[in-house]
Amino acid sequence: MSTPKPRIKLDKKEAKKGDIVEVKALVSHVMETGQRKSADGKVIPRKILNKFTCTVNGKEVFSADFEPAVSANPYIQFKFKATESGPVVLTWIDDDGTKIVGEDSIKVL
Amino acid sequence: MTISITRRQTLFVGAAAIAATALGQSIVPAYAANNLDELSKAFTGGAAPVEGKVKLDLPEIAENGNTVPITVTVDSPMTDADYVKEVIVLADGNPNAGVATFHFNPASGVAEANTRIRLANTQNIVAIAKTNDGKFYTAKKQVKVTIGGCGG
Repeated sequence: MSTPKPRIKLDKKEAKKGDIVEVKALVSHVMETGQRKSADGKVIPRKILNKFTCTVNGKEVFSADFEPAVSANPYIQFKFKATESGPVVLTWIDDDGTKIVGEDSIKVL
Repeated sequence: MTISITRRQTLFVGAAAIAATALGQSIVPAYAANNLDELSKAFTGGAAPVEGKVKLDLPEIAENGNTVPITVTVDSPMTDADYVKEVIVLADGNPNAGVATFHFNPASGVAEANTRIRLANTQNIVAIAKTNDGKFYTAKKQVKVTIGGCGG
C-alpha cells in the first residue's frame, strides 16, 4: 500500500502575530481495531495510526495519541497560535512505524 | 499440610462471594466493565478530578457509532504560566476505554481538539484535562448510539 496523501486545510494562509489558526486534517487509513474477525474467524490484526504531531516552524504545537476507538480515515482539528512564519508539518505514525507526512505553511505578518 | 474444606465452609465461602458481588455492583457503576477506572487513575495519578472547565461537545444521539464527532474544549488562558498540558478522552462502553489523548502547550493558543471516534453502544464519554500545575478537571457526557461502531 502506498502512503496516502493527507488532506490539510488551514483556515488562513496569513495571520497576524498572536492570531489563532485552525487546522483541519484528514488522512485515509483503515484504523483496524484488532477487535474484528474476518469471515474465517481469524482476528484481523490491529493496525492504526497511533500518534499524530503537528509542528510549526519546527516547534510542536499539538500532538495526539490515538487508540483503536478513533474512526477510520482519522480526522483531526485543532488550533495553534501564530507566532512565526514557517512550514506546518503534520505527521502520523502507524503501528508498523510508517510515517505519513503532510505539509502546509503559514505566513505571519 | 492438607486443607479440608467442609460443607459448612464451602457454604460460607459461597455466601461471601455472593455478598461481595452484590456489594461490588452497588458501589461500582455500570462502566466497570472496561478499563476506564484504571486508565483515569493512571492519568491523574490517583487524584480526583474536579468537574468543570472542560467542555465535551458530542451529539446526544449518534446514528452511526463508526464516526461520532467529538470536540473537547478546555477553558484555559494557555499562557506559559497557566496552560492545559494533556486531555484524555475515555469511553466506558467500548472494549477498551482509551479513545485519544491530546497534548497541548502554550503555542497551541487554545486547548481545543476535534476528531471522530467509534462507539460500540450507548455509553458515557469522559474527558479529563491536566494543567501544567498538576490540576485535573473533568466532564462527562452520555451518547446514545443507534448502530454500534465495532464491526457489528
